[in-house]
Amino acid sequence: MPIQYYIFFCLTLFSIGVIGVLTRRNAIIVFMCIELMLNAVNLLLVAFSKMHHGAALQLSPTSTAGIDAQIFVFFIMVVAAAEVSVGLAIIVMMYRNTHSTDINFLNRLKN
Amino acid sequence: MSIIEILFFALSAFAVVSAIMVLISKNPIHSVLWLILVFFAISGHYILLNAQFLAIVNIIVYAGAIMVLFLFVIMLMNVKNDNEPQKKLIIKFIGVLSGGSLLTLLVALVKQTTQLEGKQVMMKEGTIGLINPLGNALFTDYVMPFEISSVLFLSAMVGAVIIGKK
Repeated sequence: MPIQYYIFFCLTLFSIGVIGVLTRRNAIIVFMCIELMLNAVNLLLVAFSKMHHGAALQLSPTSTAGIDAQIFVFFIMVVAAAEVSVGLAIIVMMYRNTHSTDINFLNRLKN
Repeated sequence: MSIIEILFFALSAFAVVSAIMVLISKNPIHSVLWLILVFFAISGHYILLNAQFLAIVNIIVYAGAIMVLFLFVIMLMNVKNDNEPQKKLIIKFIGVLSGGSLLTLLVALVKQTTQLEGKQVMMKEGTIGLINPLGNALFTDYVMPFEISSVLFLSAMVGAVIIGKK
């Protein structure tokens, strides 16, 4: 499978996430679109890892090149889990103060 | 077309359609359920690339833990789908235009990159995605980031509790 197919697919998912962040007003949906963008990047990292591993296997059959990207994806998942717990706590606090999850109410820094 | 290509295109189309449904669903609960389907499609891609450990972790962590947390928060808030304010149509149009321009720009950039021509992704073979090599690398070369991530989790937990208690 050519690497370009994976790049195009991941770019499409990433752009859908960007469009969601720009067009929705519900803070939870915005947060979910950020998760979508993180996942698109994860998939692209794994595709590149397999690309380099396939190239390195031609040179030496016992190569483990490309394993770093998969470890990175694992750490991205770890950081995403920590980020979600804090972010959802912030959204719950915001809902308690304003009784809404509309991000347009968060304009107190504007003036 | 081989079975791998058929699976790749089917999973990709499924993921893109589900991702678009996340955006256009009015009810936030439906958005969460569509996003879970996107994560399952991405796990299918991982299995296709023989990254079995990441496929299972993706299902357990994302579809299992994070999305359940989202559902829990939405049900706690009791968000009604009819009172969600919508952005103005011109703002939505500008947002879609910006995202589409970004996609067009990046695709055009990748299309004229000569270094990527002829590069193939190894499908369904290779052992680096299995648990044994990944565990070896994680506990030898990457043991320091692994320990630091535990500190990150601790601080995130303390932060969540403090923010939630206020």
